[in-house]
Amino acid sequence: MIKIEEILKERILVLDGAMGTMIQRHVLTEDDFRKGWFESHHKSLKGNNDLLSLTRPEIIEDIHRQYFEAGADIAETNTFSGTTIAQADYDLQDAVYDINFHSAKIAKKVADEFTALDPNKPRFVAGSIGPTNRTASISPDVNDPGFRGITFQELVDAYIQQVNALMDGGVDILLVETVFDTLNAKAALYAIAEVFEQRKIKIPIMVSGTITDQSGRTLTGQTTEAFLISVSHMPLLSIGLNCALGANMMRPYLQILDKESPFGVSAHPNAGLPNEFGQYDETAELMGEQIKTFLDESLVNIIGGCCGTTPEHIRVIADLAKQYKPRKIEILV
Amino acid sequence: MKNLPPLKLSGLEPLVVTKESNFINIGERTNVTGSRAFLKMIQENRFEDALSVALEQVQGGAQVIDVNMDEGMIDGKEAMVKFLNLMASEPDISRIPVMIDSSKWEIIEAGLQCIQGKGIVNSISLKEGEENFIAQARKIKRYGAAVIVMAFDEKGQADSYERRIEICERSYRVLVDKVNFPAQDIIFDPNIFPVATGMEEHNNNALDFFNATKWIRENLPGAHVSGGVSNVSFSFRGNNKMREAMHSVFLYHAIKNGMDMGIVNPSMIEIYDDIPKDLLEHVEDVMLNRRPDATERLLELAETVKGDGTKKEIDLSWRNVSVQDRLAHALVKGIVEFIEEDTEECRKLYKRPIEVIEGPLMDGMNIVGDLFGSGKMFLPQVVKSARVMKKAVAILLPYIEEEKSGGSSSAGKVLMATVKGDVHDIGKNIVGVVLGCNNYEVLDLGVMVSADKIIEAAIREKVDVIGLSGLITPSLDEMVHMAKEMERANLSIPLMIGGATTSRVHTAVKIEQNYTKGQTVHVLDASRAVTVVETLLGHKKDAFVIDLKNDYQKLREHHEKHRAEKNLLTLEQAQKNKFQIEFKQEDLISPSKTGIQELKNYPLEKLVPYIDWTPFFQAWELHGRYPNILSDEVVGDAATKLFADAKEMLSKIISEKWLQANAVFGVFPANSIGDDIEIYSDETRSQVKYIQHSLRQQTKKASGIANLALADFIAPKKTKLKDYVGAFVVTTGHGLDEKVAEFEKDHDDYSSILLKALGDRLAEAFAEHLHEIVRKDYWGYAFDEKLENEELIKEKYKGIRPAPGYPACPDHTEKVTLFDLLDARKLTGVSLTESLAMLPTASVSGWYFAHPQSKYFGLGKINEEQVKSIAERKGKTFEEMERWLGSVIL
Repeated sequence: MIKIEEILKERILVLDGAMGTMIQRHVLTEDDFRKGWFESHHKSLKGNNDLLSLTRPEIIEDIHRQYFEAGADIAETNTFSGTTIAQADYDLQDAVYDINFHSAKIAKKVADEFTALDPNKPRFVAGSIGPTNRTASISPDVNDPGFRGITFQELVDAYIQQVNALMDGGVDILLVETVFDTLNAKAALYAIAEVFEQRKIKIPIMVSGTITDQSGRTLTGQTTEAFLISVSHMPLLSIGLNCALGANMMRPYLQILDKESPFGVSAHPNAGLPNEFGQYDETAELMGEQIKTFLDESLVNIIGGCCGTTPEHIRVIADLAKQYKPRKIEILV
Repeated sequence: MKNLPPLKLSGLEPLVVTKESNFINIGERTNVTGSRAFLKMIQENRFEDALSVALEQVQGGAQVIDVNMDEGMIDGKEAMVKFLNLMASEPDISRIPVMIDSSKWEIIEAGLQCIQGKGIVNSISLKEGEENFIAQARKIKRYGAAVIVMAFDEKGQADSYERRIEICERSYRVLVDKVNFPAQDIIFDPNIFPVATGMEEHNNNALDFFNATKWIRENLPGAHVSGGVSNVSFSFRGNNKMREAMHSVFLYHAIKNGMDMGIVNPSMIEIYDDIPKDLLEHVEDVMLNRRPDATERLLELAETVKGDGTKKEIDLSWRNVSVQDRLAHALVKGIVEFIEEDTEECRKLYKRPIEVIEGPLMDGMNIVGDLFGSGKMFLPQVVKSARVMKKAVAILLPYIEEEKSGGSSSAGKVLMATVKGDVHDIGKNIVGVVLGCNNYEVLDLGVMVSADKIIEAAIREKVDVIGLSGLITPSLDEMVHMAKEMERANLSIPLMIGGATTSRVHTAVKIEQNYTKGQTVHVLDASRAVTVVETLLGHKKDAFVIDLKNDYQKLREHHEKHRAEKNLLTLEQAQKNKFQIEFKQEDLISPSKTGIQELKNYPLEKLVPYIDWTPFFQAWELHGRYPNILSDEVVGDAATKLFADAKEMLSKIISEKWLQANAVFGVFPANSIGDDIEIYSDETRSQVKYIQHSLRQQTKKASGIANLALADFIAPKKTKLKDYVGAFVVTTGHGLDEKVAEFEKDHDDYSSILLKALGDRLAEAFAEHLHEIVRKDYWGYAFDEKLENEELIKEKYKGIRPAPGYPACPDHTEKVTLFDLLDARKLTGVSLTESLAMLPTASVSGWYFAHPQSKYFGLGKINEEQVKSIAERKGKTFEEMERWLGSVIL
């Protein structure tokens, strides 16, 4: 298979869309999250979407298939909350290996099917590594700004488990995403470096941050450029932005990454902002128009969708991406 | 060779170091090894204050902030983590990159785990071999930080050009080739060493640094060069003018050769172009080692450019200039010897005597003011200048009176007073002197001045500013009262608040809003007083007041927020978490002598070895620890002179018996009941003579840490064990006022302040000495103790002697019990004012606790529940106790 680094020089790659939005299309009950695996678990598991890779693997497999059909080059594994830290809410720390291993397996199986159909368009699997639900840079206790709910070392330990399981499952890429606290992301990168050293193998890494509002800063206060600098010690396949903002609001910050980043630049915005019912209602066409401005300015190397996006969105984005040359990358790892 | 990217760092915001960047200035006051003040804040857990030091650095233009917690007395790792976490919560500070500075790897690593941005590690080196160096560099890379590498290897520190490049090149090759460390993230510190030391082997120090820097920048692609600049001028400590020129010349050449970042004290640098030509040439001769006699020539020249000479023989060449210049010289140098004849000579030259004041004398004092304002003169020197000025004015005054011109040219009139109930006035007197130096007329009402007297005088004398001072905590309330009274009297005169217990926060939260018609402003120390008064009376007043009001408003809001956030334990919870001592009779030593003991006219010379000099220098706003302060590069010279004057006066105090030292003390049977300590009439313990009431800490503690009260150190009554508590009052203040009056009659503020400061030190020394006697002999629980004075100062002894009004027992009213118990008023002649300050001020009182587990602590904040409880126990009203404890109630 051609290396993704090589393909990235030639064309813009398309990342898939939202997993959660697609799962919501199914009417799922508590039983769906337990089937065969956690039937007698003492806590309610509904909403712990990562478990579906184990209990309802056919649903996850089908979602990956739909995105590949729509034209995605890269599928993200269903492992956003696949750390002992995030699973602690459900008392399912022990399930972390299975979640990551099987999620990777499922995505890889579908990707291989599609690659076999069209070897000129190889499909890749990116292991999704979420930020966890704790922040290493902010105190959860307003009375005590020096306090921390989680330490760097605890994050590193949790991420090492997740990364090992994802790599055992055969992912092609590691995607540290939705970074709202750069220190958490640095812990993830530290864990990845440890795992690479142990396994004596390296795979490409993508990092994607989240600018939370129009101040142009991450939740922990960093500007886009400071965020980029803070994670640049690792050779990255790409650095980018996802979530929180719709495509048009993300543009000024992508321009900064385009200007400053020696790596590839990625974007997977939401389908607009949530409406008053908490739903994303930006149509595929509307989102496409905004994505087109990124492409016209040659801001990105990898483009896809986050919350609210569906295979329809990805189809429009993939069709657009085909027509453009990718952004030039200074160094490729 | 490929083009390397620039060094990129980040806090919340990026810092990119390019070829075009100016020199990167690293802030280094948040360093416990470099700043005693900062160390103290960390030791005392005053992290809020420590944060404001960091903020000042950022606001002062630091582009990177160096944090160092390497000090034996603190847990460096814990302090590093706590401080970095707190910095992270202050966006104004965390906006710039952090430099994690430690010689201990575990502290560095703990620090690296706290910063989300890309910082710098300071430092690693080949000192402990390549293996260690590689392991550390790998980790640093993995954490995503840049690194400072010291020119140091297994054989030692690089001290020549060859050794510098040898080590730097080797370090670079290891980092780049073996660790794959980004070359642009490597910063070398090739060691800045002093020049002009008189030792031949040091002559090439600066040049070697320049050449090594140049070599590094040319041969080690991407690498940067940094260093601590002040080291270079080490041999000219005390001659700041020389040092400033040297720093400037050093930086000029270092930067030209490629040094692109470093630690430079911005106040210790001259503008390169402003250095006089011959000085520049001489300094460059030394820096560049251009001639063999460069050092000697510079030393010679240094004598003439000295800001303040240290020469032993008296140089009278200044007597050869014009009389006006002689006056200016005498003022700046604080020389009184010739002031009478010079003033007299000058008076004859001018038409009117007032012109001498307005002309040459004010010119001289302006120079003093400028030098002081820019940190080139220090308080003791300024006070000496003031003495000269006062003497000159006293000589002219009769002539001015005679002329009846009365035309005062003062810049404004400032009323100064120590508030009712308080007797401490060293700080107030210093402020008065400094203002006087700057041509303000100072109306000093003295100590224990009531609100109505101040207001009456202010109106009668039409003063422009009122300055209030106080040292003990009840004075804070008196100042609040003052503000309210001024409001009632419809005044609009600006009000300045100063003194050791006052603070900006207290002024903002408790005082300012009570006085709406005029502006209240907190003045941190004497050096700020002039600027504040100048602004208040100048055309920029409105802008200043608006800013100040905003500032105080913010402080109030912030305080309110924090207050709401701070949650205290209930008194019951705190009491449950008391300090648990397993009392055993063998730990409780009964005193070898009982009853009240007196010491009258105790020999003063016995106290001298017990003097803790550090606070003495603090009283003069010279900061640093004795004896290091005497060789401090900034204030060392001023401190040395002051110390010499102090010692001279001390020997007179002793030989001429200026002061009288009295003490009374005793140890009494006692047991605790809850938070109270019962003191019994005799060993039968049947009759309670007095009850000592202690306050208990209420702040939430980490698990395993107790909420302390002094009562915890005394065996509870129910244990039926025989325990004891001691008490003492010492004074060295009798005789002081008479002597001070003599000095003041002679317009000698310097000697008067000096004497008061020494009186305070002697009283503290007496307390220290007496405590030792009690421990070893009278009570005898530590008869085998052997401690040096230094160890005494560090409170290494067994047992404690907390003083009412101080952190462990902020309740001043306990002094009444203590004085009654010892019959101290009669036996020592020390009395208590209505605010319970001791008079004379050179007095110390306190309790003795002997249990080996007793320790000093700070009460912290308590809530109204405890105030109510203590009021009930004391049989006082809630309101009264609320007033006494105002400063500790949340």
